Amino acid sequence: MIRSRRVTVAAAGLLFLCMAASAVLLRQVDQVRTAATLQDVLYVSSPKLLKRLSLGYEGLLADVYWTRAVQYFGEKHHAGGGRYELLWPLLNITTQLDPHLIPAYAFGQTFLSARPPNGAGVPEKAIELVEYGIRNNPDDWHLYYDLGFIYYDLKDYGSAADAFLRGSRVPNAHPFLKILAAQMAEHGGDLETARMMWTATYQTTHDKQIRANAAAHLLALQADQDVTELERVVENYRQKTGHLPNSFAEMAAGYLRGVPSDPLGNPYKLTADGHVLLSDPDNLPFVEKGLPPGYVPPAAPKIHPAD
Amino acid sequence: MNSRILHIATNTFREAVRDRVLYNLVAFALLLSGAAVLVGQISIDIERLVVINLGLTAVSLFGIVIAIFIGIGLVSKEIDKRTLYTVLSRPVKRWEFIAGKFFGLAGTLVVNTFLMAIGVFAALAYVSQHFQSSDASVLVALYFIVLQFVVITALALFFSSFSSPLLSAVFTFSLVVIGSFAEDLRGFAKMTHGITRLLATGAAYLVPNFSALNVISQVAHGEAVASPLVVYNTAYALVYATAVLSGAVLIFEHRSLK
Repeated sequence: MIRSRRVTVAAAGLLFLCMAASAVLLRQVDQVRTAATLQDVLYVSSPKLLKRLSLGYEGLLADVYWTRAVQYFGEKHHAGGGRYELLWPLLNITTQLDPHLIPAYAFGQTFLSARPPNGAGVPEKAIELVEYGIRNNPDDWHLYYDLGFIYYDLKDYGSAADAFLRGSRVPNAHPFLKILAAQMAEHGGDLETARMMWTATYQTTHDKQIRANAAAHLLALQADQDVTELERVVENYRQKTGHLPNSFAEMAAGYLRGVPSDPLGNPYKLTADGHVLLSDPDNLPFVEKGLPPGYVPPAAPKIHPAD
Repeated sequence: MNSRILHIATNTFREAVRDRVLYNLVAFALLLSGAAVLVGQISIDIERLVVINLGLTAVSLFGIVIAIFIGIGLVSKEIDKRTLYTVLSRPVKRWEFIAGKFFGLAGTLVVNTFLMAIGVFAALAYVSQHFQSSDASVLVALYFIVLQFVVITALALFFSSFSSPLLSAVFTFSLVVIGSFAEDLRGFAKMTHGITRLLATGAAYLVPNFSALNVISQVAHGEAVASPLVVYNTAYALVYATAVLSGAVLIFEHRSLK
């Protein structure tokens, strides 16, 4: 009896000890395997072959590949890899296995077309992906919106307007597609159009990464507008006083209310030649104005989670 | 290993041979020689790729089937035939019986894999006329396959220690499938939050991880396997199999055999 209890205690101890050790070892295996796992994807890059190999369970396999695509992008983005060669094959496989997986198209629209280091920088692949999505889901207005957005990003406002117009004809389409089509045709390059586009993306997406990306774009647009406006005020000051201000504090009387700050609360800086600069541009990855001379953006853009 | 465990292991091996388990080698030889001749004739520059992929996949699948179908009967068969009572009436402890059965079946699979490995290399020599330095990676892939068998044998034995052969087969096969997607499972867990994340991560670490033990595609493309991976995979498979066997001993120790 005592011997049996001894065996029980020893076996139970060994069981817990070994399970804990296996978890630790598995973490080590994962660290060694990170690169190898991604390589696996390339070995079977044919969606047709994968579809046959899935033995009819292509829906589940599509979910697996969709998760891999999101993880691949997330991990590379976090590490500041800058290049996303496998994002297109992963999304292509995902959507070929399940052409009705709508979130994959929205993800592809945003991160395939965006320029590195914020995306793969292959807008032609993004268009191919979303057009494929439209062929398979012609009644989903989100896809036309995604397509229009890619063309908008390419500054092809005519094609963007056309995509939004096509989308507006779909049953139950969101009414703003008609407005976007008109806005695109007349004021494609305006800041206000850009704000409208990113706000719509922010409000309609359910994907956290896309939402955070849209929020970062909106902050950058606000900063761009601030810099333009502040430089205009500085120019007004120069014309009225005959000299450039030494600081924003000097402009407090009649021109500004205190030291202006960017959308994240960091104060803007005024240069001796009257230019307005951001004090912390790393936190506003998509900003185009107010960048210090010779500014090099970080390899891994700081995109904060959206609320 | 004490003499009692060795004795049970030897008997398990002999029984497997008597059950004509090694007959699968004939099917394997036919499959591989046929494929070698076929791809040799077609010659579309993927002869080596086909032979390595097909050979290693066949070794893996044949072995998994043997591990499951022999493993699930290791305990129940002894109970059905009442030979277990004879064994346990002698000075053999229950944990020794479990350990002996495990080593016996694992040994059978090692011998089986060794013979199949000779077949794979023979087919490789036939299609490419010579060996390359990268072929050493095929040996690593075969070694990883043996590690898979060690874990699967332990799992089959674990389920066999308390369940019927049919249910044991279902449970073991399910874990083999889930284990092949273990990395994705951990990926899913990473994307969850709060208590769900805790539970999902726990489950993901609880199931066996077979995806890291499958390097067939990698070696077929002539890529080397990192030596740290060999070390960690070996340690992982042995530790995991020990944990599962400990579970089997725990259950079997308290099982009423009346």
